[in-house]
Amino acid sequence: MIRDAAGRLRLGPSVGLMTCAAVIAAITSITIGAYPLAVADIASVFLGRDAADPVASMVLIEVRLPRFLLGFLVGAVLAVSGAILQGLFRNPLADPGLIGVSAGASLAAIAVIVLGSTWLGGWLAFAGEWALPVAAFVGGSGTVLLAWRIANRAGQTSVATLLLAGIAINAVAGAATGLLTFYATDEELRSLTFWTMGSLGHATWRDLLVGAPFMILALVATPWLIRPLDAFLMGESVVGHLGYRTDTVKKVAIVVVGLGVGAAVAVSGLIGFVGLVVPHLVRQLLGASHRVVLPLSALLGGTLLVAADSVARVVVSPAELPIGLMMALIGGPFFLALLLRTKVI
Amino acid sequence: MLSVRNLNVSLGGTRIVTGIDLELGAGELVMLLGPNGAGKSTFLKALSGETQYHGSVLLSGCELTRWQPQRLARRRAVMPQRVDVNFPLTVKEVVRLGRPRSAPVNDLVVLELLRALELEHLVNRMVPGLSGGEQQRLQLARVLAQIVDCPGESLLLLDECTSALDPAHQQLVLELVRHLARKRDMAVLAIVHDLNLAAQFGDRLMLMESGRCVLDGRAEQVLTPANLKLVYGFHARIVHLPEGYPMVIPTGRVASQTAPSNPVCRQAS
Repeated sequence: MIRDAAGRLRLGPSVGLMTCAAVIAAITSITIGAYPLAVADIASVFLGRDAADPVASMVLIEVRLPRFLLGFLVGAVLAVSGAILQGLFRNPLADPGLIGVSAGASLAAIAVIVLGSTWLGGWLAFAGEWALPVAAFVGGSGTVLLAWRIANRAGQTSVATLLLAGIAINAVAGAATGLLTFYATDEELRSLTFWTMGSLGHATWRDLLVGAPFMILALVATPWLIRPLDAFLMGESVVGHLGYRTDTVKKVAIVVVGLGVGAAVAVSGLIGFVGLVVPHLVRQLLGASHRVVLPLSALLGGTLLVAADSVARVVVSPAELPIGLMMALIGGPFFLALLLRTKVI
Repeated sequence: MLSVRNLNVSLGGTRIVTGIDLELGAGELVMLLGPNGAGKSTFLKALSGETQYHGSVLLSGCELTRWQPQRLARRRAVMPQRVDVNFPLTVKEVVRLGRPRSAPVNDLVVLELLRALELEHLVNRMVPGLSGGEQQRLQLARVLAQIVDCPGESLLLLDECTSALDPAHQQLVLELVRHLARKRDMAVLAIVHDLNLAAQFGDRLMLMESGRCVLDGRAEQVLTPANLKLVYGFHARIVHLPEGYPMVIPTGRVASQTAPSNPVCRQAS
């Protein structure tokens, strides 16, 4: 019996199944690639045996491991951010892209790429290799703050205004990005395309060092949001009726999303659909309670992104597809099919 | 239990509610009546903490705004006019969700409320698939789960809790509310549009017009042909039932004062 009385998958077996999937995705992601590794190699490197192949050890430690960790973390954060926004907006179609976080972060990154040699030369000289990720993070968080300021008037936060502010911010950021693209040189354009398509291809320990603390902080704060977000599903006024400070809840949610998505875009570029597809899937299979949706979105989001990244490395080998493109290819049709199949969205 | 003194609410510079006084005792059921736009919902929103107010609202002797939110959630429950659930939650989950953090986990309370509101058979059903009446009873179950087992007095605010229900379920819901009010020391303030339901179940009726409380008394004092004509603008016959409460039978609308300026009316005459 894998379904309960309400016709949903049972929680226990589902968690088990998802954990298995996560482990399989992890092993696959670490072993496959231009230099194939065997599970035995991984074991011998981790156990510190002398017999370990030095190349295998280098590939594992310097390339595969940071890539897997970063991919999992980014997937988890994007999925959880999507779930939080969907709860907050009471709209299953909400996404981190919606309130402009992703657009703001990528605009800042693109500005560094295109203007790095001219106007932003000082910043590049000052920040060095960190210039791009830090700029993306600042851009993402700055956008959240801006949207927040616009929506937060007279001591109250209007979710509708926040949503509309997101649309305006997206439009302006899109136009600015277009303008920068227009002025970019060929070489800059290549780097820029790479960024807007999203990729884990250059994942290093340095990226992890920059992004992971923010992403982990965002994930650690989410349990506090479980009960208030459940109340949000009944409507904004009900949150207050149930004794939660509505504005504090909104503020925490926005900061968590800004922090997580800003950091995720900073290290991996624009990767869409994770925040949209994963929470939706979890809700359809296991119900809408955030006690279930938030942690399992993190697990499934991480797994999905790592798996998609593995596929992206194999399909056009020895080249690799950008993961953002890959996610859009999988996510778009999948989400459309879900929409058409379900009566209630 | 609840003591309202000179309550005023302004929204965007416009005074919506003016100078309302109200005393509500534990176990008492007061029906809030009035034409559309009289300020009933705004008054209820002030009491439910959704709108800022001027004046004083004391709940068990303590000003509403000074209550600690979680403790208040255990003493005051609010049922909004409309709640749309777009997400796949089950009936049981929605009622459970009504339990504030400060309440002990108790599924017995949840199941008992579902049984009392005849929703027991739907316990594992998805809420978005329920009928309007079922959803309304479900929301009442959720709201009651918040305060029904709290020790001491509590306040229940209902905004049109019977509007989507058939007559049998209207009786069921209001009988349950009255029963719980008496048994659990709940003070209930309910907005209703059905004057006969108000007369049948209200210990007192409070009549509002243009943001003011124009009458507060027993059904037979409030529901008179003269009052109904003045406040609502319709003619009515009042039948005094042997059950002890009056019944209102509308017999037509009072001709509008502005009728001559209405081109359609002028044409007809």
